[in-house]
Amino acid sequence: MAVRDDVVNTIAAFSLFADLTGPQLEQVAHLFDEAFFGEGERIMRQGVSGSGFYIILEGSAAVRVNGVDRSALKAGDYFGEISCLLGEVPVADIVAATPLRCLLLPASQLEGFLTAHPKVMYRLLQGEARKLKNTTKWLS
Amino acid sequence: MGSGPGGLQLSYSLSRLGIDHAVLSDDPAPGGMFRRWPVFQRMLSWTKPFTGVQRTAREYERYDWNSLIPDDDAHRAIMPGLMDGTSYFPSRPEMQKGLEAFAERTGIRVRYDCHWESTRQDKGHHDFVLTTSDGEYRAPVVVFAVGVAQPYWPPIPGLDEVAHYGDCRSVESYKDHRVFIVGKQNSGFEIATGLLPWARQLVLASPSATKLSVNTRTLVGVRARYVQPYEDAALTGGVIILDTTIEEVRRDGAGFVVRTRNATDGRELPMVADDVIAATGFIAPLGDLPALGVATFGQSRLPAQTPFWESATVPGIFFAGTITQGAGGLKKHGIPSNSGAVQGYRYNARVLARHLAESRFDVRIPRPQLEAAETVRYLLNELSHGPELWQQRSYLARVVHLDRDRGISDEGILPLAHFIDSGGPDAVAVALESNGQGDPYPAVYLRKNGLVGEHLLPPHPLIDFTGTDYQRQLGEILDPVLSPSPSPA
Repeated sequence: MAVRDDVVNTIAAFSLFADLTGPQLEQVAHLFDEAFFGEGERIMRQGVSGSGFYIILEGSAAVRVNGVDRSALKAGDYFGEISCLLGEVPVADIVAATPLRCLLLPASQLEGFLTAHPKVMYRLLQGEARKLKNTTKWLS
Repeated sequence: MGSGPGGLQLSYSLSRLGIDHAVLSDDPAPGGMFRRWPVFQRMLSWTKPFTGVQRTAREYERYDWNSLIPDDDAHRAIMPGLMDGTSYFPSRPEMQKGLEAFAERTGIRVRYDCHWESTRQDKGHHDFVLTTSDGEYRAPVVVFAVGVAQPYWPPIPGLDEVAHYGDCRSVESYKDHRVFIVGKQNSGFEIATGLLPWARQLVLASPSATKLSVNTRTLVGVRARYVQPYEDAALTGGVIILDTTIEEVRRDGAGFVVRTRNATDGRELPMVADDVIAATGFIAPLGDLPALGVATFGQSRLPAQTPFWESATVPGIFFAGTITQGAGGLKKHGIPSNSGAVQGYRYNARVLARHLAESRFDVRIPRPQLEAAETVRYLLNELSHGPELWQQRSYLARVVHLDRDRGISDEGILPLAHFIDSGGPDAVAVALESNGQGDPYPAVYLRKNGLVGEHLLPPHPLIDFTGTDYQRQLGEILDPVLSPSPSPA
């Protein structure tokens, strides 16, 4: 299968990009880099600067804080947005639980991308609201 | 497998460590893709002849991106001696000559004109067997340095009918033509630059906006040498740069109609052209390796690799040369390593040779010992002058073990991702880093009791980190490990 087509078809099914047109999806596939991580490899490292915004294309990953797995991520999920938005180091490791294919956008490009695609920004906000709700529920 | 710069460098470094190996190559002589490309005959990597640094010194490698790297001074800096002085970017024939000279002077032996046909792994003792036009080769470890030079056409209807970058004709044949170039990276802009004095109209199109290396302050983006078409477009000289998808390429009489669509507003714009050229990149020619289980990713179908350039999915299969860009490392701030270019991957090959020697062939490479008092100065000197750190930022690091009982030992150059993720004794790794905005700055990773902490030092306007300020700051970072533990009262 042609590689770009494969990425466009994959992200077309993700809720984050549900409002984008075909050419816009193709633009996303061009703008983001693709990265691959072997099982057990770290994608983001707690306390290490310079990470980016990742969207999982295939595979699953663990969110690990101080060596303890806290939650799991799967295709269509994204991570790294909090450290990108706040300009701070990640507070968790993200570790590939299986071979993992991701799209990656550097932190410096996230603001430009989101403001150029307000619908994606809104979907991202919904995702953040969901995370906050789950955390609040867990704390209470 | 392969006799481009990556294969030659690895063979040299393995030989120096006494590791028995064979080098096979499809080509008739050394040079890899530089025997054919770039199309317009000059490299994108420079070799500065006059720098104030002795050419025989290791520090000179910072300025000479094209020579392969020997362990001794005698074979260092071959390229500046071969260049005619008209440009600090060597011509393609000069680059080829440089690689041939290195292979000849250092005695690298290659079986040329040997075609790799298929690969299998023996179930019994896990050896790999390469079937070639010269018979079978068997080895416990195989390294593929086969480049990323197989033309790639994206799945756009009709595009497979058009010429690829490598099929460009002589420039005269484009005289007064309307030329449509699919792709806005260096290869597209290289062709556009070459055709500026010949073509009537040049259109460059791809979905995302062009990046320029002078803005990203990295090798990401179109290099300054090829920016002229960009200026032509900006000053409305006739070059057109479109941020569009290409929906279809259709033959129309002797020429083509290219249907483009603006990604932002969806507007369709058909373009008429006499010639269409696909500057759409290349893929790694991995033969049957994917069938053996080698996972690939991305448009270039690079093999997924560990920090030591081993297939992430088939242990024992390694990679060298430009293909090692598939081992992404930390990619801090989204900036890739320079593993795609000679000045980066020549160091990967040397690190790989050491790794293979120690992990597969029971060779123990001696570690120079350092005194505690000199460690800070040594690390700062490496940060200021070490070519490995300069060329492979946030990717390769100088690693020093800080063991109170066994002493302080220089572990050499290692992949930074390996250092951070592998655990081990108390140690420090230093790397030079860039964030795509200001000057590069030193990054210090201190491993203490198995945990790694990151410490970033400020940049210096002259990129010299040897001063007392840096000595104090690095001293304070290392102090918890270097200072003697208090004796029990």
